[in-house]
Amino acid sequence: MDIDLSAPHSMGTTIIGVTYNGGVVLGADSRTSTGMYVANRASDKITQLTDNVYICRSGSAADSQVISDYVRYFLHQHTIQLGQPATVKVAANLVRLLSYQNKNMLQMGVIVGGWDKYEGGQIYSVPLGGTILKQPFAIGGSGSTYLYGFFDQAWKEGMSKDEAEVCKMLIFVPDICSVNMFWQKILFLCYHTITSQIMSYVLSRWQLL
Amino acid sequence: MEMAAVKDSAILESGTERTLYPYVTGTSVIGMKYKDGVILAADMGGSYGSTLRYKSVERIKHIGKHSLLGASGEISDFQEILRYLDELILYDNMWDDGNSLGPKEVHNYLTRVMYNRRNKFNPLWNSLVLGGVKNGQKYLGMVGMIGTHFEDNHVATGFGNHLARPILRAEWREDISFEEAVKLLEKCLLVLLYRDRSAINKFQIAKITDEGVTISQPYALKTNWGFSAFQNPSKGAEGSW
Repeated sequence: MDIDLSAPHSMGTTIIGVTYNGGVVLGADSRTSTGMYVANRASDKITQLTDNVYICRSGSAADSQVISDYVRYFLHQHTIQLGQPATVKVAANLVRLLSYQNKNMLQMGVIVGGWDKYEGGQIYSVPLGGTILKQPFAIGGSGSTYLYGFFDQAWKEGMSKDEAEVCKMLIFVPDICSVNMFWQKILFLCYHTITSQIMSYVLSRWQLL
Repeated sequence: MEMAAVKDSAILESGTERTLYPYVTGTSVIGMKYKDGVILAADMGGSYGSTLRYKSVERIKHIGKHSLLGASGEISDFQEILRYLDELILYDNMWDDGNSLGPKEVHNYLTRVMYNRRNKFNPLWNSLVLGGVKNGQKYLGMVGMIGTHFEDNHVATGFGNHLARPILRAEWREDISFEEAVKLLEKCLLVLLYRDRSAINKFQIAKITDEGVTISQPYALKTNWGFSAFQNPSKGAEGSW
């Protein structure tokens, strides 16, 4: 059997960012593949940029990691200079800047999500090429193709007084993307609390197999 | 031996930056002058190859007090052009001399930007429609990604060139009213919706007059699918497989 171990590590990913009444929810799967081989089955595709802004990464693992590192570095200095937490808009635009100016060399699509005191919870999509689009929810990665139809019918504006409703919607996602959803992390970002919950629901479902 | 040498130099050259192909793209923009000013229309779709990935992309923006810019092509390059224009308008305002850049000037600036990028083999992958009114003078122009630019009474980008312009050529008049202009644009938009694969049924129409800019809320057009062939689909092939 031919496995190309020198193929670039790509993520074959599903990433999701959703705004809701209390803030934002970010979700991602955990598989990193090199061609046909699963290089890492426990990757963390949701990366922290600041206390209040996180980024979901898809595409080339190396590219998205190094861009995240640069943006974290810049945001750190920006926060010191500003004297208060960076806004989600600034974080997303830094990602866009690096993405756009290096579009010939980078291959990554990301979702930047976070909470700030000016605009509340926000989700920004930065796909290939470096376009920036603010959206009420965003999906990305190669696995997201299966989710367009689902979100088109399931998504509602201003959803849920509590996180349960958003969670309920996201629970169906692994059913749809059954190929990659071995492990899914869901990250809640809202005023006062940042909670990260591993979807034990998904884990137990697959263990039944 | 010759071939190898040529190939090598080509590889060396490609070390420089250039936009090779667009990723997230917008489709046609159409525009025309009418009695009181200029009117532009575009749908709100952002395609990612053959997938219609984004359905709320605003492809018409106002520039300063006197101009409207509509763009098709790579959305990230359009966003970059908006940043350049932001800076241009800012510096213009900072002069604080009572004068402001009109559509003709903005069009010229865009032409220079696009042409110079083309000369460096790193184009901004857009077709732009620039319309505006200043001191009662209406202006409508177009710039392409290689720097081709011209002015006309009605313009279109992409598919619009093939589908909309013939309609505009036949039915446009100098003193067309706003309502008639909207109807005419909607006629063109409907054809584009039917025949352009990357078009979506969600449009914005923007108008600019001496009074100012109005960009409409997104809306959809009524389409006709009432063909007799659809009436009884199983006619001629009764029953299931």
